[in-house]
Amino acid sequence: MAYYQNIFTQVQVRPIHPEQGVPVAVDHRVGKPFTSYIAGLFGNSQVGPIYGGYLGILSAVCFLIAFEIIGLNMLASVNWDPIQFVRQLPWLALEPPRPEYGLKILPPLAKGGWWLITGFFLTSSILLWWLRMYRRARALGIGTHVPWAFASAIWLYLVLGFIRPLLMGSWSEAVPFGIFPHLDWTAAFSLRYGNLFYNPFHMLSIAFLYGSTLLFAMHGATILATSRYGSEREIDQIVSRGTASERAALFWRWTMGWNATMESIHRWAWWFAVLTTLTGGIGILLTGTVVDNWYLWAVKHGVAPAYPQVFGPVVDPLNAGGNVP
Amino acid sequence: MKSLVVVAGVTVAAFLTIAMLGTAGWSLPPIAAQQHGFRGTGMDQIQTKREAAADQAANQAPAAADPASADGDKAGTTYHNVQVLKDLSTEQFNRVMTSITEWVAPEQGCTYCHNTENMASDDLYQKKVARRMLQMTQAINGEWKEKHVHEAGVTCFTCHRGQPVPKNVWFENPGLTAKGLTEPRNNGQNMASPEVGLASLPYDTLTEFLGKKGLDDNAIRVNATTALPEGKGKSIQDAEKTYGLMMHMSQSLGVNCTYCHNTRAMSQWPQSTPQRVNAWHGIRMVRALNGDYLEPLKGTFPENRLGPNGDVPKIGCGTCHNGQPKPLNGAHVIESYPELAKATASAADAKPQPASPPADAPK
Repeated sequence: MAYYQNIFTQVQVRPIHPEQGVPVAVDHRVGKPFTSYIAGLFGNSQVGPIYGGYLGILSAVCFLIAFEIIGLNMLASVNWDPIQFVRQLPWLALEPPRPEYGLKILPPLAKGGWWLITGFFLTSSILLWWLRMYRRARALGIGTHVPWAFASAIWLYLVLGFIRPLLMGSWSEAVPFGIFPHLDWTAAFSLRYGNLFYNPFHMLSIAFLYGSTLLFAMHGATILATSRYGSEREIDQIVSRGTASERAALFWRWTMGWNATMESIHRWAWWFAVLTTLTGGIGILLTGTVVDNWYLWAVKHGVAPAYPQVFGPVVDPLNAGGNVP
Repeated sequence: MKSLVVVAGVTVAAFLTIAMLGTAGWSLPPIAAQQHGFRGTGMDQIQTKREAAADQAANQAPAAADPASADGDKAGTTYHNVQVLKDLSTEQFNRVMTSITEWVAPEQGCTYCHNTENMASDDLYQKKVARRMLQMTQAINGEWKEKHVHEAGVTCFTCHRGQPVPKNVWFENPGLTAKGLTEPRNNGQNMASPEVGLASLPYDTLTEFLGKKGLDDNAIRVNATTALPEGKGKSIQDAEKTYGLMMHMSQSLGVNCTYCHNTRAMSQWPQSTPQRVNAWHGIRMVRALNGDYLEPLKGTFPENRLGPNGDVPKIGCGTCHNGQPKPLNGAHVIESYPELAKATASAADAKPQPASPPADAPK
């Protein structure tokens, strides 16, 4: 007899009449629902209907405009050569304005103007999508945990591209839109500000990020390991603990002396995920605005250790007298 | 449907695996790691033993020519138009000429620089360039001995390696503007450029930092010297330029950042290695050589030797180093050639002679 598993479900549920869910007051769902074998490999085999609505459509339009501007600028930067565009795509970017333009609202289009326009449309798209998520959550009568978690990611995005550049007085402090360029920007940002690893909020963000992956692995593994006893009905087991829940709890009490509950593990996971970008955003916001060199800041506050000198004294050729960096 | 998906999935996975195996740049152990700083700071130089051996084999200094007698007539009296090495004996002079041929033009021979009808003639641009390069070699071994090259010194071979044009020279990089793009919109970056290790960092960073003589000594420094902001600091774009230059240095020397820096605090001199001081002077040396010896040859080089902006070929760190922390495995190449160890020509002679190349110059 077939049995049910959580990942790569061997049994796919295919309703004769696609599930429509609970009735809601305003319903703008579009598309004819269908079942898909590939979708069923990873999750529910039913695809659609999706909720349209003017917020979603507006958001998608704004995203497409931003996406197009970025792509066309990349194409222009290789002189409209489609072969170079494909070849160099990971290297290409739409760069923010140069430092000399400061906070000018619209520098020449090819020198950062397009970056500002793209930023406007991409930000509009993201904020509209947030509003759509929030309103859909309320319409369904569920909590707003998902939109608020998304808001935490938006906070980091806004700090990087909008709030911090405003405080620094220059759009040039913002991130370019590009694959390798944004990674090089990240490295250069840390190098410019004296090593971001000494930024305590960066430390917190890393702890929450890695903590999130650890919690995700622990929780996923626990539920999979006990699903043969029915733990995939974990929400049910929050109020009515079954043998799966008991065994999962006992496993962690055996191995680490203490266990989360079916309910609290989800709060742990939610807060770890939300705090990753929340603390990360604070760390970025403080960089350059109130701290200019995180290594020196860490020395000042006794965070960075001193190492013995392996070589003889190495002296700055420009300051042969003293040890100014 | 189901088997189609499986076949498609397996095919994609197989191709991705093949692509990964072929492109990932694997390093096959055993690894030769060398600790280069206090334990726990991650200051190590890492190479595979195979790479290290290949590097060593590919960078052998050639044996020096047998010493020549200092007796006899001076080269300046035996030959016409000898300007830089006129005070050597004729035998010594001929020895240097033979060595230069082996170092620079072993295939082309004497005729690469000389008109065999009249060896004294300056007809060929190569001869005028070679004379200037002799003076440059003397300047490197003389003026820059204490600061950069030390006892190892350089000969023509350090850069040329048997090639008339050294492998690792560089030109100004105009990006795509050279191909008719009127308005660059990439801030001078975001192209896979070998000068900066194929990163998307600014691609013309060498022009900025190595091409200009007399650049502000603080131009490369981007870190704040105080924990808290005191006035306007450098931009992130400046940091990217410095990063680009450092990629050039790292690649040229075949080392990673920790050869010079403790990467937890890049700018801190007391935590750096002595090599950083050497490198600091090396940057100044390259700038001075480009400004004093290469740039003035602009009128001497034929057009086909110039870069896309019509600029002369220039020196970078890799021109001598060729991927090694110490060129030619650190061999003291100058010991056998004392005539190249310090300036011998008077300042008046040292002026280059700009002239348009002869029409019959090899193209």
